Amino acid sequence: MDIRPICSTLLRHKTAAGLIVLEVALTCAIICNAVFMIGSRLERMQRPTGIAERELVRVTLAGIGADADASARTEQDLAALRAIPGVRYAAATNEVPLGGSSWNSGIRLTPDQKNDTTGATNYLGTADLLETLGVRLISGRDFLPEEYTDARTVQSTSEEDTRVPSVIITKSLADKLFPAGNALGQTLYIYGRNGHKVVGIIDTLLRPSERGGDVAFNYSTIFPITVGYDVGGTYLMRVPDPSQRARVLQAARAALNRVNPNRIILGTDTFDEIRAGYYQNDRAMAWLLVVVCVALLVVTAFGVIGLASFWVAQRRRQIGIRRALGATRRQVLRYFQTENFLLSSMGIVIGMLLAYGLNQVLMTHYELPRLPLLYLPVGALLLWALGQVAVLGPALRAAAVPPAVATRSA
Amino acid sequence: MFGYYLQLALRSFRRNRVLTALMVLAIALGIGASMTTLTVYYILSGDPLPGQSQHLYEVQLDPQSLQGYEPGQEPAEQVTRYDAETLLAERRAPRQAMMSGGNVSVQPGKAGLAPFYAPARYTSADFFPMFHTRLLFGQGWSAADDAAHARVAVITKSLNDKLFGGANSVGKPVRLAGQEFRVAGVMGDWNPNPHFYDLNVRGFGGAEDVMVPFTTSRDLNMDRSGSMDCWGDSKGDGTAVGANCVWIQYWVELDDAAQASAYRRYLVNYSTQQHAAGRFQRPPNVRLRSVMQWLSYKQIVPGDVRLQVLLAFGFLLVCLVNTVGLLLAKFLRRSSEMGIRRALGASRRAIFLQCLVEAGMVGLVGGMLGLGLAALGLWGVRHQPTQYAPYVHLDLAMLALTFVLALLASLLAGVLPAWRAMQVTPAMQLKAQ
Repeated sequence: MDIRPICSTLLRHKTAAGLIVLEVALTCAIICNAVFMIGSRLERMQRPTGIAERELVRVTLAGIGADADASARTEQDLAALRAIPGVRYAAATNEVPLGGSSWNSGIRLTPDQKNDTTGATNYLGTADLLETLGVRLISGRDFLPEEYTDARTVQSTSEEDTRVPSVIITKSLADKLFPAGNALGQTLYIYGRNGHKVVGIIDTLLRPSERGGDVAFNYSTIFPITVGYDVGGTYLMRVPDPSQRARVLQAARAALNRVNPNRIILGTDTFDEIRAGYYQNDRAMAWLLVVVCVALLVVTAFGVIGLASFWVAQRRRQIGIRRALGATRRQVLRYFQTENFLLSSMGIVIGMLLAYGLNQVLMTHYELPRLPLLYLPVGALLLWALGQVAVLGPALRAAAVPPAVATRSA
Repeated sequence: MFGYYLQLALRSFRRNRVLTALMVLAIALGIGASMTTLTVYYILSGDPLPGQSQHLYEVQLDPQSLQGYEPGQEPAEQVTRYDAETLLAERRAPRQAMMSGGNVSVQPGKAGLAPFYAPARYTSADFFPMFHTRLLFGQGWSAADDAAHARVAVITKSLNDKLFGGANSVGKPVRLAGQEFRVAGVMGDWNPNPHFYDLNVRGFGGAEDVMVPFTTSRDLNMDRSGSMDCWGDSKGDGTAVGANCVWIQYWVELDDAAQASAYRRYLVNYSTQQHAAGRFQRPPNVRLRSVMQWLSYKQIVPGDVRLQVLLAFGFLLVCLVNTVGLLLAKFLRRSSEMGIRRALGASRRAIFLQCLVEAGMVGLVGGMLGLGLAALGLWGVRHQPTQYAPYVHLDLAMLALTFVLALLASLLAGVLPAWRAMQVTPAMQLKAQ
């Protein structure tokens, strides 16, 4: 098909053609960035936490006043929770992945090191915490019973006398602290001056919240420090059959009240709910971006339809003459389709430059990463397809113009 | 003349119903999206205490150790308990208060009401006058109560409704953290948003249910929450007077700029003294930020909300370009009509105005529809599980802005098509007929 006549026609309608190009360009720029943002949000939400997500449930509780027997009460609580049918493991802890509030410390590799090597979160908990969470130990071992100390003891002991002999850390933290890859058996310092020997390395255990970016999100330590319900306020249970979770949580409330009714159960939830809560903003934003993208495409399509219809109506007579001179319906159809393709292409080229520029702005003001080039052809294909779909109606109407129109006066 | 143009515009709308509907819809969508996001932004960046916030300042000192010190960096956002208690005792501002947040258990005296946890604030006497808390019954406690570690509490109206059925409960006992307290006052609807005085506890959500003297809260070792940063040998209890931990918010009320600069000098002097005494290791580094400066420093408006505003205005821009195109098509289609009007003596200016009136009407209708969409959008935002959701509403200023924006946008969109339409040469059009 000869595109010369199309070009010369477009040159006669510079303003209208320019508007279509501009609209396509703007839409292309926004859509490329929006699709990219949707992608990054979905990617964020898919990061593995490293725990048995579907099987984990949580009870949070608090005492009414000070409880002198909190440690003993915690033991009774855990025994009662383990006795619930359907519960395989139960543990008390201070925090959960994606749970929000967190305990964090700087890590030193010698007791007198001036600046911390890096920071990490500190999971503390009773025996069975690893099994309850379902984290995967890739080397080393779990804690030994004699290694456990109580959090209150650690808090009230001087730096010199604090003894927390061992620690389990995540693989990425191990690589950060000991780049040579020999983390197992090394010593690091957080509580006191006596150090903690790395006895085990786990694959993944996300922190309760993001601090220090994506990489540091997996910098976690687990200590053999037991926390009573009055310190951590969190009981975790592992329920191998997910369909039992709701029933187990209900039974847990009753069980804890039987141990001591003089406490307040703040809430019960499944890990799925904790995860949904943590990512609620990402999910909302992703949906919003999807809605905006669809609305943009719809508006742009209407713009194309509107202007194409106008041109078809304006050129009715010329189309009739062309038909009378021997042009087929198919040729008339192709004419309008090619015209739209040319306009879309111009818009897409400008739109890609705009997309890149917009991404620069977003990178400086909203800490967004660079737009991968892959998203540009995605936007281009989308807009080409949109243009062709939108122009089809008006083009078909043009093709239907009978040659007889040429013989009538306008 | 205006009436005639209106009539012409209406006639034109009737002739091209689909095209008109498309234009109105595009404008409405663009305006609706922009107004929704802009309203959220406006509310989130609002002043929590209009008229008073400019006199309130948050104090920042730099008590941390030299470990990790870099000159020029921001001092800690909170102060140590030692510094807060010293500043409070020296009383160099007309009003000042130290505070921290937490949760307390509440044991209702009523039968059938189980004990529950309520958000609490541990603070000092000036909190109530300096933050202009509106008290429904009674009053805040006095500095003497602070000194005496009195078991007094100020509660919110909603807690008062729950515990005392809304009656005047001043002087009545209430069990908090397992101990008996006396109600000193009941706050009315005092909901400063953002929760400026402690953004670590929450960004939005109004005042805490229970306020008790800070001194008392430490006697009873009440549960605390929010941020706590410790350094050096931070063994033992981080809430102890001598602990190397920042976890207290310290606010002062200063009447004018002179007082503010005097107070800043005082803070520098205080830091110098502490440095000389060996308590502070870093050189004096103080900040005294007013409420709005503090909120902007803390970037209280979430990045996502700012991104949404940008996105919505990008969308509005596309909608406008779209409207320009459609208006152009519409006007040029009526070239012959314009030609006849020109031949019959209408000036170019008249044609231009006629087109603009038509564009403006599209904007007005689009604006009204957009307002409906914005209301719908805000309803959606209110049903999101965010902290700020309950406070999102369409206010009068935004309502007016919606119409101005819609009208301006559509007039702007109409300028180019109207310009092109008035260029129509009567002779050409008449000949073509």
